[in-house]
Amino acid sequence: MQTHDAKRVEITIERAMQSRLTNALQEAGVTGYTILPVYGGSGRSGEWERSGDVTRGSGMVQVVCMIRPERLDELLDAAFAVVENHIGVVSVVDCQVLRAERF
Amino acid sequence: MALLKGADEKSRKTLRFRFPSAPLFQITPNIYGRCAKMSEILALAIDNLMSPIVLSFALGLAASLARSDLTFPEAAAKAISLYLLFAIGFKGGVSVADHGVDVTLGLSLLAGVVLSATLPFVAFMLLRLLSGMDRLNAAAVAGHYGSISIVTFVAATSVLEGRGISSEGYMVAVAAAMEAPAILSALWLVTRGEKGGRMDSQLWREILLNGSIVLLVGAFFIGWITGKEGLEEIDSFIVAPFKGVLCLFLLDMGLVAGRGMRRGRKALGPGSLAFGIFMPIIGSIFGLVAALALGLSTGGALLLMTLSASASYIAVPAAMRVALPEANPSIYLTLSLGVTFPFNLTIGIPLYLTVAQAMTGG
Repeated sequence: MQTHDAKRVEITIERAMQSRLTNALQEAGVTGYTILPVYGGSGRSGEWERSGDVTRGSGMVQVVCMIRPERLDELLDAAFAVVENHIGVVSVVDCQVLRAERF
Repeated sequence: MALLKGADEKSRKTLRFRFPSAPLFQITPNIYGRCAKMSEILALAIDNLMSPIVLSFALGLAASLARSDLTFPEAAAKAISLYLLFAIGFKGGVSVADHGVDVTLGLSLLAGVVLSATLPFVAFMLLRLLSGMDRLNAAAVAGHYGSISIVTFVAATSVLEGRGISSEGYMVAVAAAMEAPAILSALWLVTRGEKGGRMDSQLWREILLNGSIVLLVGAFFIGWITGKEGLEEIDSFIVAPFKGVLCLFLLDMGLVAGRGMRRGRKALGPGSLAFGIFMPIIGSIFGLVAALALGLSTGGALLLMTLSASASYIAVPAAMRVALPEANPSIYLTLSLGVTFPFNLTIGIPLYLTVAQAMTGG
């Protein structure tokens, strides 16, 4: 089967920033992404857990998008403008996709 | 109660007694009165501590501190909080429909906004004084203490219902009005009025139209419009199960508070912990003064005191994460959820009720 090179960008960010991030991505022309709930974790700001979280200020989500390699910088610039001062992780990995025209 | 009655009867006389090797002591009516009052506060506090609501909270707290795996699914906690907000808003609206609207409603709303905007300045100064915390984190914490905890408010209404004390139904609307102004005060404290605060239109919308406020105010208006007839239709849903559901919610809050205490204890020093206890008392005094100036009933005074004493852990933390991302969430969440919320629930509310009764003659 024919596969194509792509970049998978995973942005784990505070739930309060989710809509700001997706708005920034859309403004940068990135219209395809998936938002995943994140169960819990631990980082420089301490532990957190989704279960029973009533505060709305402490939960995290993960925004995942796959994009053509040549559009990566554009996406990262848009995302970084939002996440720069916030708790979270941005990672990029190489991946393969089947239908290149969709990315 | 027999003890209290006895004390009242005795307080009319002056008793004299003598220890074997001590001078004559006199117990004046004044001292008897104070003893009776202290016994009353103690009885009220014990009564409150032994209520299913507080014991449910204690169970959650103990389970969490003991690292039990007891948890509430996120969706269940959300559903319960939606139920409580709807029920409390609806009942508040019905109460307003029943008693009518007067000028005090508008003044109470105004007082709520002023209290919410003013208390962060008091909290900011007290926190800096007690703990020497940096300006950014102190301002973020201060914003939480100007805003309100709706669960503490619900617990206070439950105490009033249990004692058959009525209150102004529109206090629900006052609670909603007190959510947001504190956030602006906190941001002003950071920027000192300079342009450049991180408030954008999206954040405004999120604060003013956050789900809790929309549901609370919306249910209030539904209750107001439909009145007693509306309440009768859904009575079995929002009145009878209310306390049981509140117990479950407070069990979850105990778990959350316990987790906050475990994770955030390193973030807080003795000064910050003292702030978490003193600030609600100071806030309640501001609330009491406003309630007396407005001429609120004993129940209304307790609710305004509780609102002024409570600290937000829903709307404000989310706003602070957007507007002041450099502020440490462990500090403000632990103070609000792990210190002030348990204090208000166990000691604060009975204390405020006793003071409110004494000051309003209720």
